Amino acid sequence: MMGFKHIVAALVTCLFALPALAEVKIKEVTSPGGITAWLVEDHSIPFTALELRFRGGTSLDAPGKRGAIYLMAGLLEEGAGDLMAQDYAKALEALAASFSYDTGKDTTSISARFLSENRDDAIALLRDTIHQPRFDQVAVDRVRGQVLSGLRSDAKDPNDIAGRAFAAMTYGDHPYGTDGKGTIDSVTALTRQDIVDAHRSVFARDQLYVGAVGDINAEQLGAMLDTLLGDLPDTGAPIPGPATVTIPGGVTVIDFDTPQSVALFGQIGIDRDDPRFFAAYVMNQILGGGSFESRLMTEVREKRGLTYGVYSYLVPRDLAAIYMGSVASANDKMAQAVQVIRDEWNRMATEGVTEKELQDAKTYLTGAYPLRFDGNGPIASIMVGMQVQGLPIDYIATRNDKVNAVTLEDVNTLAAELMDPDGLHFTVVGRPEGLESSPE
Amino acid sequence: MIKRIAWATAILSTSWATAAIASDELVSSFELNNGMQIVVVEDHRAPVVQHMVWYRAGSADEPKGQSGVAHYLEHLLFKATDTLEAGELSATVAANGGRDNAFTSHDYTVYFQRVASDRLELMMSMESDRMVNIRLTEENIVTEREVILEERNQRTDNNPRALFREQSNAVQYHNHRYGVPIIGWRHEMETLDMADALSFYGTYYAPNNAILVVSGDVDPDEVKSLAEQYYGVIPANPDLPQRLRTEEPPQTAARRLTYKDARVAQPYVQRSYLAPERDSGSQEQAAALFLLAELLGGGTTSYLANALQFDQQTAVYTGAFYSGMSLDDTTFSFLVVPSEGVSLQEAEDALDQTYAAFLEDGVDAEQLDRIKLQLRASEIYARDNVDGIANRYGRALTSGLTVEDVQAWPDILQAVTAEQIIATAKQVIQPEVSVTGWLMRDEEITQ
Repeated sequence: MMGFKHIVAALVTCLFALPALAEVKIKEVTSPGGITAWLVEDHSIPFTALELRFRGGTSLDAPGKRGAIYLMAGLLEEGAGDLMAQDYAKALEALAASFSYDTGKDTTSISARFLSENRDDAIALLRDTIHQPRFDQVAVDRVRGQVLSGLRSDAKDPNDIAGRAFAAMTYGDHPYGTDGKGTIDSVTALTRQDIVDAHRSVFARDQLYVGAVGDINAEQLGAMLDTLLGDLPDTGAPIPGPATVTIPGGVTVIDFDTPQSVALFGQIGIDRDDPRFFAAYVMNQILGGGSFESRLMTEVREKRGLTYGVYSYLVPRDLAAIYMGSVASANDKMAQAVQVIRDEWNRMATEGVTEKELQDAKTYLTGAYPLRFDGNGPIASIMVGMQVQGLPIDYIATRNDKVNAVTLEDVNTLAAELMDPDGLHFTVVGRPEGLESSPE
Repeated sequence: MIKRIAWATAILSTSWATAAIASDELVSSFELNNGMQIVVVEDHRAPVVQHMVWYRAGSADEPKGQSGVAHYLEHLLFKATDTLEAGELSATVAANGGRDNAFTSHDYTVYFQRVASDRLELMMSMESDRMVNIRLTEENIVTEREVILEERNQRTDNNPRALFREQSNAVQYHNHRYGVPIIGWRHEMETLDMADALSFYGTYYAPNNAILVVSGDVDPDEVKSLAEQYYGVIPANPDLPQRLRTEEPPQTAARRLTYKDARVAQPYVQRSYLAPERDSGSQEQAAALFLLAELLGGGTTSYLANALQFDQQTAVYTGAFYSGMSLDDTTFSFLVVPSEGVSLQEAEDALDQTYAAFLEDGVDAEQLDRIKLQLRASEIYARDNVDGIANRYGRALTSGLTVEDVQAWPDILQAVTAEQIIATAKQVIQPEVSVTGWLMRDEEITQ
């Protein structure tokens, strides 16, 4: 057992070279009908993951129709063509395929997974789903009931309460300022026609991005894309303009009777296409990027036991960028957690990071990057995300170089420019002792 | 079906797999001389490895009065060892571009790293080190106890559904430790100390009580030789106790509870039944229960959804759940979330009537065929996620099953007949072993 310890020490000091990057060969495929997709062929397992993403998301809701797109997406699995909801579900089960739907502030996604042996049938069903959803009134009412049930739960969830309050403060009247699920009133008032209109506003070729991974070749994919998406209208609803971000420094306390307070905190952020973005990304990794070693985890959790988890994250959305974080702490400890986080915000603004922290963050970020490519579905999703962000098709091969190119000066200059301790706002939900809302 | 996932997690504290495994050819298993078991699941598509050590020790193995100590110790294993400083293991994994974490359940505690496959040796050197060499300070004990109390706040005390589940579970088990929450009862967590943690560690952390599960871009022979080098040199614990937990007496009285909380927005009814788990060499009854849950509550086409969500529209969500991977008796449970304006009593009555009608109607042969087809397909999809396959072996081997049991399971599922499902349902779903719970708003406080 004694020799064993020395082996550990030796290994720890000599194995810091970068691991090989997973080879992900992306091909750009353009269908005969002119639809572009990114493809990774991998024939080792007889199925394909297909990711379709439409830009706009719930921000395309028409005025007064908040929640229409979210409800519409929930209704896509409730029948299409001649098949009413349950027959539709049986048809999908009989194919052993899965289609799932997601709506966010910036995009609506369809993630499909289907076997090679019945690919054409699965695509035919997905085509009907996209082009001929039934939106039967009975289904609208049933799924509306589920959405309303969720909204009532959200209204008593401290994390949701904090999220809504923070968004309203930050984005005001912009669609980002309200929950894409809508409100009890707005969802209750939605009609079938509103759902049909929402469908029309989202699914259009000018907003479409496609990724496919698995047991399919370029020719098969091209034909499939035309079948599936060729008849979509050319243009969807116009994307709203940028949001004006307003985050006053200070604290908002929202009273809620629960033992542990939850807090969201944030300030103005940085755009994804800002040349300083990678410096900000590396800086955030050091401050609160999710590992046990971040400054926030070290100071708030490891040294003081004030929380189970504390994180910070850049939120560069299409129409605005903010820099946020979250923490949960018992009511009698939240005030101290807030102070420690403020101190760390200050320290980052004034002192920046050390060379060692920078190197550790870079080795982590560059080493962790290939771990994301762990399955057909995740790779399809990443490829579509790259297209939505306007990244080049060879981005995966160059991304780690961009991280490695970040210098200590880059990070510390950026930290001094970006970090705004006076503009940092905490929205706290609970009964935190010794914390009060800042005066307006 | 928007809230499906959220409601599913409301009733089951641990995830359950619907997928079966057919990828036997990807799996190798062997044993070291000190009794440590090893399972390797190969996938060479990306140069990534997941390295996990599973201990056959979970919260149900804790001494009375020390609930939460298994999970507390899991946290403390990230502190110092003879050779590593506190936090150094995780920092080293991160500096090598990897992720690490750990989790605790009733029957197991697991430590894992995901990292580039050429770093496997480093992972083994550190993981084998903390199997026997941790060095705790009094400060670790105090601070980390605060962390687990905040974790309890976050997971349980801030969540009325979790509090309800905890109470319901406590009522389900008269005498077995599954009735005690994994995170621990707060009053006992507050008293956990160095001696408690080290005693659990000394008793259960040993190679003959551990399973190494490695998945990804690895060669089984290389895994074996590295494992021999790092884990094989650690002596077995000759005093490892047998895992004999206090057993349930016959349950002879249906139980009911009502949990009220001002933070409840959506009331619901849940009912659980004590049910047999998957036993080594005898998984047929569990397979029937697994299919019963799928038939009754496995989504839009299930019997409960058809009756309560589509026909009667008395519920916004229904579900049936069975998790057979468990060392001792598990549960089969129902969840009904009533529609607006439907009372909990009406929802419960509708559940009872619908279940009775199901027994009368018998199994829909087409539905059973579709479920079996999907299970076969899931074996194909599962190969896209070998870490998921690895997890299932870890759970199985810490739950009294063998590699052979895991590999037999898909065929056992396919062989279950409609008659066996109904017969098993009649045998297991009995009021005497049930707990019915209502989660309610506290109207007086809510106003």
